Amino acid sequence: MLEQLRLSLIERSSRWWYTGAALVLVGAVLFGAMIGPAGPDWWRVPLALLDHLPGVRIDSGVTDVEWAIVWKIRMPRVVLGGLVGGMLAAAGTSYQGVFRNPLVDPYLLGAASGAGLGATIALTVGRGVTSTWPVDPVPTVAFVFSVATVLVTYLVGGTFGGNRSGTTLVLAGVAVVAFTTAVQTFILQRNLDVVREVFAWILGRLSGATWANVRLVIPYVVISVVVLMLHRRHLDVLRVGDEEAASLGVSVARTRVVIVLAATLGTAAVVSVSGLISFVGLIIPHLIRLIAGSSYRRLLPLSIMLGAAFLIIADIPGRMLTSPAETPIGVVTAFIGAPFFVLLLRSRQAQR
Amino acid sequence: MSAIAFEQVSVAYGKSVAVQPFTDTVKAGEWLGLIGPNGAGKSSLLRAAVGLVASGGNISVGGSPLELHSDRQRATLVAYVPQSPIIPVDMTAFEYVLLGRSPYISYFGSETKHDRAIVDDVLERLDLAAFSGRYLGALSGGEQQRVVIARALAQEAPVMLLDEPTSALDIGHQQQALELVDRLRREHGLTVVSAMHDLTLAGIYADRLVLLHEGVVVASGAAGDVLSADTLAEFYGVHVTVHHEPDGTIVVIPRRTPLDP
Repeated sequence: MLEQLRLSLIERSSRWWYTGAALVLVGAVLFGAMIGPAGPDWWRVPLALLDHLPGVRIDSGVTDVEWAIVWKIRMPRVVLGGLVGGMLAAAGTSYQGVFRNPLVDPYLLGAASGAGLGATIALTVGRGVTSTWPVDPVPTVAFVFSVATVLVTYLVGGTFGGNRSGTTLVLAGVAVVAFTTAVQTFILQRNLDVVREVFAWILGRLSGATWANVRLVIPYVVISVVVLMLHRRHLDVLRVGDEEAASLGVSVARTRVVIVLAATLGTAAVVSVSGLISFVGLIIPHLIRLIAGSSYRRLLPLSIMLGAAFLIIADIPGRMLTSPAETPIGVVTAFIGAPFFVLLLRSRQAQR
Repeated sequence: MSAIAFEQVSVAYGKSVAVQPFTDTVKAGEWLGLIGPNGAGKSSLLRAAVGLVASGGNISVGGSPLELHSDRQRATLVAYVPQSPIIPVDMTAFEYVLLGRSPYISYFGSETKHDRAIVDDVLERLDLAAFSGRYLGALSGGEQQRVVIARALAQEAPVMLLDEPTSALDIGHQQQALELVDRLRREHGLTVVSAMHDLTLAGIYADRLVLLHEGVVVASGAAGDVLSADTLAEFYGVHVTVHHEPDGTIVVIPRRTPLDP
């Protein structure tokens, strides 16, 4: 029965899916804006949001203070969650496509371990120096290290015979990730006093998100998503393997570099502000593949919308459960995601 | 006019030479069969023509050298059916055949109605219309093979290269696939170059055979000239008898090597 449901979902038109996913996303945004430990009655929030649209006047009964909670505390967090979730899902989908492996995540080539190393260095070395700086250097350093690590992986992969096939890049990634993690561990072990801070950073968080954070990542996310969306057709051609794709006139190596770089740029930007939120980039594309089919033309836009919705919703228990001390969102995503994923795989296997 | 011409084409992997300078001209509408033992260089030659391996010399289609064309243009001139194609099990037959239109789509473009019409037409002609929306994983080996040929056909290239097109098929499907290629050749004037293991089938379907051994052409010509027991014994190291049917068909029959008393 489940299998029949799955097939009937896959046969739905793309327009049906996009509409559905957009509704889910809008629902998630509203839900995220309505819920929180302080603030106005939940049902007043949509009215207040409508009231603030240009040309609309509704008496929502929300005070200025309550509106500030919604607009300055909850909304940046919701928007940032959406950007991070959508970006990680887009990058995961694209990585899975270029490496033709559904178990790959956007951290495969070192984007996460590089960011982790960068954050560790910034938090360790800079502690005394940077406390008076106007801008927090951690995101910048994490971003630079993240991108640099992936570039190193790419260069190392090129030395294994020059053709930079998917496999050589993955193997280079394994080595580079191991190395950067070792360096990070070494630094941490010599600076045990920052372990807690680094650990909190690594687990990921959306708390304390501001519109400034949103403005910081939005250009990278937009560029990355646009480039990836333009390559949906190429991702479908790559499904028949490097050689056959080449025989169909696709420049495989060049396409792979463009996609990997675009995905990395966006991933590095979002992890530098949100930390290493795990599982979204792996589970969302996989999940959508199960329910909506595996053509990248549909998979990528759906991953972006539903990845965004997923992270916005996953952020809610984080702020409610143990408030005021929050549960890191990386813990929540894995906590919800992992069992759900297992159930889905099981129900699918049982039908075979 | 020659459909595909090889001039002094050589292929080397590092220091090991796979194909010694090879020269041949395949006429438009002709079917050239490449035969020879494993590692003789048949696949390398085909792969050189689609740019999958670097090669020396010159390959031209319709008189125009392939090296002057972009990868995309080349794919509109030469279609390639690999020995063991990667079959994405959760892709529909239609989506798969549509990939054959890739060379006609600009980098940021997408398929037009025309491309989709061609795919429908190809599926129709190959009796695959009923499978259009089916997943490749749900098709049988023979049906999958036809879908792969359909994808190559959707490329609308004048030259089709087939690398062991029937090695994974049973005898019935082998015949079906080769009949299909032959029919397409006659209907569309396709030029076919195929590497083949089954010598009898190679003799039946190809107009002309080229026997390669360690990258060198050791025999070429009509099936009757190439498929002789002595030649095959020398280059394949096999013990066969070659039987000539009254209609000109040549049958290669493997024999057991007699035991010494």
